[in-house]
Amino acid sequence: MVKALTVNLDKCTGCRSCELACSFKHHREFNPVKSNIHVSIFTENAFYVPVVCFQCDKAFCAEVCPTGAISAGEANGAYVVTVDKGKCVGCKMCTLACPFGVITYQSEGHVQKCELCGGEPECVTFCVPGALEFKDQTAATLKKTKTLAEKIYHQKEAS
Amino acid sequence: MDGWVGKILRVNLTKGTVSVEDLNEKAAHDYIGGRGLGIKYLYDEIDPKIDPLSPKNKLIMATGPLTGTGALAGGRYTVVTKSPLTGAIANSNSGGYYGAEMKYAGYDMVIFEGKAKEPVYLWIENDNIEIRSAKDLWGKNTNETTSLIQLETDDDAKVACIGPAGENLVKFANIMNDNGRAAGRSGVGAVMGSKNLKAVAVRGTNGVTVADPEGFREAVLDAIKEFHDPFMSEVLAKYGTADVVEFSNEVGLLPTRNFQEGTFEGAAKIGGAVIAEKYNLRGAKKTKACFGCPLACGRVTRVPDGEFKGEGEGPEYETLGSLGAVCGIDNPEPIIKANYICNEMGMDTISAGATIGCAMELFEKGFLPEKDVRMKLNFGNGRAMVELLQKAAHREGFGDVIAEGSYRLAEKYGHPELSMTVKKQEFPNYEPRGGQGFALAYATSNRGACHIRQEVHCVEFFGISLMGIIKTGGSLDRFSTKGKPEVTKQFQDFYCMIDSSGICNFIIIGSPDHNVFINLMEKGTGLSFGGLKGFLKTGERIFNLERLFNIKAGFTSKDDTLPKRMLEEPMPAGPGKGYVVYLDEMLPKYYKVRGWSAKGVPSVKLLADLEIKA
Repeated sequence: MVKALTVNLDKCTGCRSCELACSFKHHREFNPVKSNIHVSIFTENAFYVPVVCFQCDKAFCAEVCPTGAISAGEANGAYVVTVDKGKCVGCKMCTLACPFGVITYQSEGHVQKCELCGGEPECVTFCVPGALEFKDQTAATLKKTKTLAEKIYHQKEAS
Repeated sequence: MDGWVGKILRVNLTKGTVSVEDLNEKAAHDYIGGRGLGIKYLYDEIDPKIDPLSPKNKLIMATGPLTGTGALAGGRYTVVTKSPLTGAIANSNSGGYYGAEMKYAGYDMVIFEGKAKEPVYLWIENDNIEIRSAKDLWGKNTNETTSLIQLETDDDAKVACIGPAGENLVKFANIMNDNGRAAGRSGVGAVMGSKNLKAVAVRGTNGVTVADPEGFREAVLDAIKEFHDPFMSEVLAKYGTADVVEFSNEVGLLPTRNFQEGTFEGAAKIGGAVIAEKYNLRGAKKTKACFGCPLACGRVTRVPDGEFKGEGEGPEYETLGSLGAVCGIDNPEPIIKANYICNEMGMDTISAGATIGCAMELFEKGFLPEKDVRMKLNFGNGRAMVELLQKAAHREGFGDVIAEGSYRLAEKYGHPELSMTVKKQEFPNYEPRGGQGFALAYATSNRGACHIRQEVHCVEFFGISLMGIIKTGGSLDRFSTKGKPEVTKQFQDFYCMIDSSGICNFIIIGSPDHNVFINLMEKGTGLSFGGLKGFLKTGERIFNLERLFNIKAGFTSKDDTLPKRMLEEPMPAGPGKGYVVYLDEMLPKYYKVRGWSAKGVPSVKLLADLEIKA
């Protein structure tokens, strides 16, 4: 059982409270550009997508890191990719390697990324609609199959 | 400073110059931000007698100390200027993401002065400020303008702009930001147009700090806990404000056919459920939030086909009322289409609908000849409404008359009493004969008829206690005038604080405890208000300064009134049947409660007590 940060797109309202919670926890200021989670807003389609580190098993950021500052492993019941700020020299190779743009350099001498707040993600605490959850990943994925099944069922009913 | 970012951007459009100055800290402490700080600067800097569409008027975009913070729904900014619709103070508040972005760019306020020679827009990227040509954007609608400016500047730029209505100085033109959100009322968009200012685009990457980070975090968590009021979190979250249509109708305060009645037989056809089930994009449950808002009362809709085809944000309650019931229209599609047109052209849906509704009554009573309007403008004619609004934005044909708002329209045809306005600003959609308190609030609102600078209807109908300040229940019978002057004053003063804070009133007002709000303000700014009394006193200061502005602009107690229909014609049917507004009973008491003279002028003692330098 491995916990992960999960996103329910149907519930996201595009309020960006997660960006505020994240930047405030880690930088003591409200500043979306310093957040590790970002919500892309497509108003015309009523579609809002929070994107945050997927904590990859094969983490490109860790692979390219020349100082071995980035490592992956289990902590607090979750699989998490972490940055050792003491080892990071701020070369930014990882920001180029990450396909998702979720590891960033913030002019503080080291890179930053989501490390799941030690098992209590602040973004989850402040997500009132409940779009973000920190829970068992297998169960979360299985639930998606049910959602899909329901959609198929309703389409079939409608036709 | 914490909460505030401490800088003001001043843009002189005549000279083409920009300058950055320090925020006046004393003014910020005394007048907070948004609506309050805006009036403080405007009052000190312009002569209230000036022509609002002349270069002498200034347009202020003001955030509050909580804008851009994690306080619930802390994304608001307010446009403060002298209104071309009313000639009084205008303060139009809007959500979306634009206000927060202004703070992140490093500015509490932007003040526009003078008039550009040619159409321009302002591009703010942190410290880099450019006045750019908008010649190619002139004539474009608000969605097009937003997209084109984002292409020219930054994908992530937030844009506030006017549409053709603002360019053509339509008296109820608004300023749209983030596509679907509006600084809606009092014609603030026409002021922007008069300055040849098409848009403001902003991108900021700086942060906003608060005075007591740990305390603030706790205050936000408290507010989230308190937020779970059934009305706010369940009703509004379910269908957005559109859900209020049927409720309003049941209690007899849904203005119908230009406020001739308070119940509309077609209400169920244009209610929240219909809009959500039939037109909501991505299903009835899908909502749209402004910045940092847990409520998410916004909706994105689409009319998939037919003559009213289109897509965009809305409609909200006020829009369904004005463009629906007020015009006697029970088909949701022309209402939604008219909403899209208002958003794209940059017009206030409330005044737009109320003006068309007024024209319809003039037409049906034979005061407005068909040869002038060139269509059969009967109540219920949705097609005519849609066509007239397009024309109003461009001032084409009879649209030129509609563009002047309902008062000037009704006056032109010899029947100003048929204009449902206070200080020439159209009524929002709560029928005043249905509740004495909000009738008084309409009459005494500094910006003309308004439901949102004080929501006395919330205590009269929804049992909302103004965060525990007012004892709800039997003593506040909506048809009684008893206690209403006191309640109205409390609401007005408290709302001055909400409108100045940078957070949305929807979010906070459902909470039973005002300390939730005061706490957020104190932990955010480091100010100490000295409890509720001191907090309300700051609000009272703001309200009285607006009043002084209006008095200097030429307003008197004669303007604190309602149309004859409200005062003399009893409500014909529904739960409010037989009632008129007993304004004569309430107004003198209200002045007394306020510490004003019998002529409605704040006393010297009051001004000294509030530390206002008149």
